[in-house]
Amino acid sequence: MNKNAFIISVLLAFFACFPVLFSNPYWIGVLNDIWLYAILGLSLNWIVGHTGLFNLGHAAYYAVGAYTAAILSTRYNIPILWLLPVAGAAAGLFALAVARPIIHLRGDYLAIVTIGVGEIVRIALENDIFGLTGGSNGIFGIPRPEIFDMRIRRPWQFYYLIGGFLLITIWFFYRLEQSRFGRALNYIKEDETAAEGSGINTAWYKLAAFVIGAVWAGMAGTLFAAKMTIISPGSFNFWESVLIFAIVILGGAGSIPGVILGAFLLVGLPEFFRNFADARMLFFGAAMVLMMIFRNKGLLPPLARKYAGVPRVKGGDA
Amino acid sequence: MSLLSLEKVVKTFGGLTAVNRVSFSVDAGDVVGLIGPNGAGKTTVFNLITGNYTPDSGEILFEGRSVKGKKPHKIVDMGIARTFQSIRLFQNMSVVENVLAGCHCRMKSGIFASMIRTPGQRREEKKALETAKEVLEFVDLWESAGLSASSLSYGKQRLLEIARALASRPRLIILDEPAGGMNDQETAELLHLIREISRKGITVLLIEHDMGLVMRACEKLVVIEYGTKIAEGRPEEVKNNPRVIEAYLGSDEEEDAC
Amino acid sequence: MDFFLQQLFNGLAVGGIYALVALGYTMVYGVMKLMNFAHGELFTMGAFLGLTLLGVFSFTEVLGPFGGIFVLILMVMGMVAIMGVLLERVAYRPLRNSPRLSAIVSALGASIFLQNAIMLMYGARFQVYPHGLLPNTPVSLFGVDIPLLRILLFLVSVFMMAGLYFFVQRTRIGTAIRAAAIDQDAARLMGINVDRVIQIVFIIGPALGAAAGVMVGIYYGQINFTMGWIFGLKAFTAAIIGGIGNIPGAMLGGLLLGVLETMGAAYISTAWKDAIAFGVLILILLVRPRGILGERVADKL
Repeated sequence: MNKNAFIISVLLAFFACFPVLFSNPYWIGVLNDIWLYAILGLSLNWIVGHTGLFNLGHAAYYAVGAYTAAILSTRYNIPILWLLPVAGAAAGLFALAVARPIIHLRGDYLAIVTIGVGEIVRIALENDIFGLTGGSNGIFGIPRPEIFDMRIRRPWQFYYLIGGFLLITIWFFYRLEQSRFGRALNYIKEDETAAEGSGINTAWYKLAAFVIGAVWAGMAGTLFAAKMTIISPGSFNFWESVLIFAIVILGGAGSIPGVILGAFLLVGLPEFFRNFADARMLFFGAAMVLMMIFRNKGLLPPLARKYAGVPRVKGGDA
Repeated sequence: MSLLSLEKVVKTFGGLTAVNRVSFSVDAGDVVGLIGPNGAGKTTVFNLITGNYTPDSGEILFEGRSVKGKKPHKIVDMGIARTFQSIRLFQNMSVVENVLAGCHCRMKSGIFASMIRTPGQRREEKKALETAKEVLEFVDLWESAGLSASSLSYGKQRLLEIARALASRPRLIILDEPAGGMNDQETAELLHLIREISRKGITVLLIEHDMGLVMRACEKLVVIEYGTKIAEGRPEEVKNNPRVIEAYLGSDEEEDAC
Repeated sequence: MDFFLQQLFNGLAVGGIYALVALGYTMVYGVMKLMNFAHGELFTMGAFLGLTLLGVFSFTEVLGPFGGIFVLILMVMGMVAIMGVLLERVAYRPLRNSPRLSAIVSALGASIFLQNAIMLMYGARFQVYPHGLLPNTPVSLFGVDIPLLRILLFLVSVFMMAGLYFFVQRTRIGTAIRAAAIDQDAARLMGINVDRVIQIVFIIGPALGAAAGVMVGIYYGQINFTMGWIFGLKAFTAAIIGGIGNIPGAMLGGLLLGVLETMGAAYISTAWKDAIAFGVLILILLVRPRGILGERVADKL
């Protein structure tokens, strides 16, 4: 029927068949990383892109989810996929405790505090907090996930597991975005005082957005732990947060296709330029500056929501 | 009983007393003007009523309930809507979405309902859209509903703010200098609109510099100067009050100088 | 008691560095309301340029230890000041009228770019400053032996901060900076060239940061391309603690953070040192969001 639906169907069909058409485990592995970062990007997008809250410590919630899943699965032999909601809840509760007192801070202040929280979490993990996290070596021997007695261990199996979760993620955030919740967050991003003055409980929505983003990052952490079977604090440092942040900003803050494109470019593209691997961050940095100057809404900016019956836009207005 | 009443409300910033023991009341159905020279504390009074500031002492009652210490969104929920002196629209969002912001506090669907799009949630969205259409038609902006708010002219942006406020189904609407930046034609239309709002049974509290508008629109005026109420009454009474004349002659010179 | 005093002096020396770097953040923030994330990288740049210049020319042998280091620091300050001005031109000026979010992202991008540029130029490994550039005999003070270097470090920081303070308070340009910090538009209407003020701020801030970078190189003996990130964060923390935009606040915040952190490391745990600094930051923002010397600014409605 319309062009977008056609493009989406073609892309879906292509990626659904990808492991069958190209049984190259390396490229399937790259796509697995892209899916994972797309999930992380979409979770941060809810906080940064929609609500305009500067969270530069998203890796902290990712880490809390990954470690919760890793600790519970290695110590109590709980199947790791059962831990998805548990790890999400742990990350969400942590975010709730952290964000409640700081969420009212503005722009740069919030940025610096979230960086601080991210660092505190990483340092805590490195110092083997509560004797649970294994210090800088991390946790290993995380059991492989199982679905209907099938043990997930090969890249193509993870491809469908993580890809499937990405589809759920897209659906979830798309529905939220199109609801009064999504609108409320956008009002807050545009003008918080006006939003509050129009009857929106800004404090509650900011907190809710933050916690939902964190819950989703925590679930992504579970998938990461299951995929790697080893996790260590090094995977959750500041640069991880910056990478997720850059995916959102460069792809298009507030735009689901934008964030997915961002994940493709920032995670996938460097695989083509392995000789320049060291310069990867250099390009990201330059791209962020240039993007803000020339196209500050990102590569694929969000489209306006459509409402049934609203008169068609006809040119400008004086 | 009056709809809104302020009793000896005091607000200080640092050492400066912006509002000093101001009392007045607004009866249901009235159009009341709050006037006074620049810097008299009018907007501060508004911000006290809408919960953006909390009074240091005194009491503000709306329908017999105290608004003191309540957050602005809660006060909107109670039935007081406002516009801002410097236009504060959601500039990058469409006109209809700006109005839907006002509908928000009358909606209930939660995250789960939005996720699976329950029939109730869909009905609610549809109803909100109908409300938005109704208020936009009321201010004559429905044709522009799909445009972004920033593309509207200044005068229309002011109307959109009023529409957003009306969408929350208020019993009292507070307009902070709605005629600011409007030409004569638009001001005349605004006067008509204020009367229409009043006819719907919504009480209006208005801050305005345009004395012509205030005199014609309002049934009652409250005059403040230096944070203190100096007069209150019907427009023609207030107009002849020597203290008001004195306050305004002073301020006229200031305004000329600006 | 001796241990305490030792740690106190140690903390003051580190705090002096934080304060110098914090001044760069606070001045830029004051005038532009922008967190210059890239400031930490200019500080790193100072440290590396100092090392390069030392390799090219043996300052201390020709000019004596103090004269040599003095000239070295001046040269590095000048070079980094030029970079600061360039940074402002390229990454910030085009965004003067953009939403604040864009400017912050651009600042973050500039920081990432510079940090990685330094890494590509100098490598990822630690680089070592020459030993014994300055005499480091212990000096007895209040009954404890303090390394001379530590005292020098502190004195130089205080001297620079005092200089800056007088510059900002007593000169015409300083007055213009303060005016622009209060209200850019009003300052412009009063005939102040705000662009010029911003340029000056981007000369002074990076220059002070660069001096701090060289001092860190001499004091710790080794430098790394990521040092600006952690020093920068601490310094920004210091600026917030003191009250951002406030010059004496940055000095106070820097010294306070240096002492708190050193004491924390000494009496609680070294491994948690950085976490302590950030913990202090969060606490301050909860209790007094505008910092110790910051003024409360009412949001205009």
